[in-house]
Amino acid sequence: MSEITHYREVWAPRPPRTRLLIWFAWLLLVALFVYCWQVMTENTIWAFVSDAPRQAMDIGSRMVPPRWSYLPELLEPLWDTLNIATLGTLGGIVMAVPVAFLAARNTTPSTRFLRPVALFVIVASRSINSLIWALLLVAIIGPGLLAGIVAIALRSIGFVGKLLYEAIEEIDTRQVEAVSATGASAMQVLNYAIVPQVVPTFIAIGVFRWDINIRESTILGLVGAGGIGLKLQASINVLAWPQVTMILLLILGTVVVSEWVSAKLRRAVI
Amino acid sequence: MSEATYADTWRRPPQIVKRRAWRWALAIGTVIYLALALSTIEVDWQRVVVGLERGQRFAAGFLQPDFLSRWDDIARGLVESLTMTLTSTVVGILISVPIGIGAARNLTPAPVYLVCRAVIAVSRSLQEIIIAIFLVAMFGFGPFAGFLTLSFATIGFLAKLLADDIEEIDERQAEAIRATGASWWQLIDYAIQPQVMPRLIGLSLYRLDINFRESSVIGIVGAGGIGATLNTAIDRYEYDSAGAILLLIIVIVMLSEYASGYVRKFLQ
Repeated sequence: MSEITHYREVWAPRPPRTRLLIWFAWLLLVALFVYCWQVMTENTIWAFVSDAPRQAMDIGSRMVPPRWSYLPELLEPLWDTLNIATLGTLGGIVMAVPVAFLAARNTTPSTRFLRPVALFVIVASRSINSLIWALLLVAIIGPGLLAGIVAIALRSIGFVGKLLYEAIEEIDTRQVEAVSATGASAMQVLNYAIVPQVVPTFIAIGVFRWDINIRESTILGLVGAGGIGLKLQASINVLAWPQVTMILLLILGTVVVSEWVSAKLRRAVI
Repeated sequence: MSEATYADTWRRPPQIVKRRAWRWALAIGTVIYLALALSTIEVDWQRVVVGLERGQRFAAGFLQPDFLSRWDDIARGLVESLTMTLTSTVVGILISVPIGIGAARNLTPAPVYLVCRAVIAVSRSLQEIIIAIFLVAMFGFGPFAGFLTLSFATIGFLAKLLADDIEEIDERQAEAIRATGASWWQLIDYAIQPQVMPRLIGLSLYRLDINFRESSVIGIVGAGGIGATLNTAIDRYEYDSAGAILLLIIVIVMLSEYASGYVRKFLQ
C-alpha cells in the first residue's frame, strides 16, 4: 500500500467518493423534480392560479359566520356516520382476523399457497382508499349506509390484518411450546397460547382503526355512501358556505372527541 | 376440609375487564347499540339484486381487466398521479423540515414552537378530500390543486414525526457540539441532522407511498390524477377499465412499498 502523503485540511464527515455520490443523487432528484413539475403543470391554467388568493378571500368571507341553526339537522347524519364507522370497523375486524392468522408465518397452514393469498388481500385492501371502495359499492349495492359500512369494512381488513399478523409473528414462542407440550391440538394451541398474547394488541388495533374510520366515514357521503358527507356534498353543490363551515366544525369536533376516546381506551388496554 | 371445594374444571380468567358486573354491562350495552345501529340501515333489496349483477360484471372486469381501450386516458391519469406524487412530496418535505425543526421543543423558543405545532395540528385534522374540494374551488380543476393538497397533507405528517424525532435525539451529541461554541445552524447541521436523517429519508419514502395512494382518491373531487380516470370509468359502467386501473394502483403501491422497504432497510 502506498503511503498517504496528502491530508485534507478541512474535515468532512464522509470520504470524497461518497460525497460525490450523494451530490449526484441530489442532482438526479432535482432533475426529476423539475421534469415532473413540467409534465404536471403542462395543462395548468395560470390565470386561475394567480386568481386563487382572491377566490380564497371570497370563499372565506362567505364561510363566516357558520350557520348554527343548521346544527339540529346534522345530528341524524352524524349518528349515521358514527354507525358507519363502528359497524364498518366491526365487520372489518371479523374479516381481518382469519386473514391475519393465515398471513402470519407461524400460524398459517400453508406458506406456499394461503400466505401469499392472504398477503395479497391485505395489500389490495390497503392500497385502495375507502372512498374508492365506496364509489364501487354505491354502483353495486346502491347509495346508502350499507355501501359505506361495507366500504369501511373492506378498507379496514388490510390495516387490521397487517398489524395483527405482525403482532402474531412477534409472540413469545415459549408459551406456545408449553401449551403444545401438554398434548394440545393445533386449535387448542391457538386458543390458549396465541390468542391470549395478542388480545390486548388486537383491541388496541381495533380502537385505533375505529378512530381512523370515523375520519374516513365523514367524507364517504361525497360519493353517496351516507352520513354527514351527504350533507357536505349537498351544501357545497348549492354553494351554501355557512352550512359547509358548520359541517366542518362538527366533523372537527367529532374527530377530536373520537381521537380522545380512542387514546383513553388504548391506554386502558395496554 | 372436604375435597368438594376444589373445582375440577379450569376456567380461563378474564383478560381485559376484570369485574363481572362491568363485563355484563359491556355486553348488554353492545347488544343495545348494535340493535339501534342496525335498525337505522335501510336496504333496498331490489336495488341490491339489480346491483349484484353489476357486481358480477365488476368482478369479471377485475379478472379480465381491459387495459387497452382506454389506455390513453389511463396513461394520462397515471402520469398525472405520479408527477403529482413526486412534486408534492418534495415540496412537502422542503416545507415540513423547517416547520418540524420549529416544532421541536428542545430547539426553539415557546412562541415558534406553538405556531409550528398549530400548523401541524391544522394540517393533520383536515381530511385530504376536504382540502382538495376547497383547493379545486380556488385553483380550478386539474393536478395543480391535487399537488397543493398533497403538499399540505405531507406537511402535517412529516413535520410532526420529524419534530417528535428531534425531541427524542441523543442530547449528549448536541451538548458536545454546543460545547465547541457552535452556532444554532451548526448545531442543527452537525448534531441534529446526522441523527434524524436516516429516519427522515425513511419517512419521506413512506410519505411518497401515501401520496400516491391519496392521489388516486382526490381525483374524485376534480384534483386530477388516476382517481379522475377511475371515477369516469365507473360512471360509464366500464368495469373492465376500472378493474384495470385498480390493478395498476395495487401493483404500483406494492412495488413502491417493497422498494421503499428495501431502501429503508439499506439506510438503517
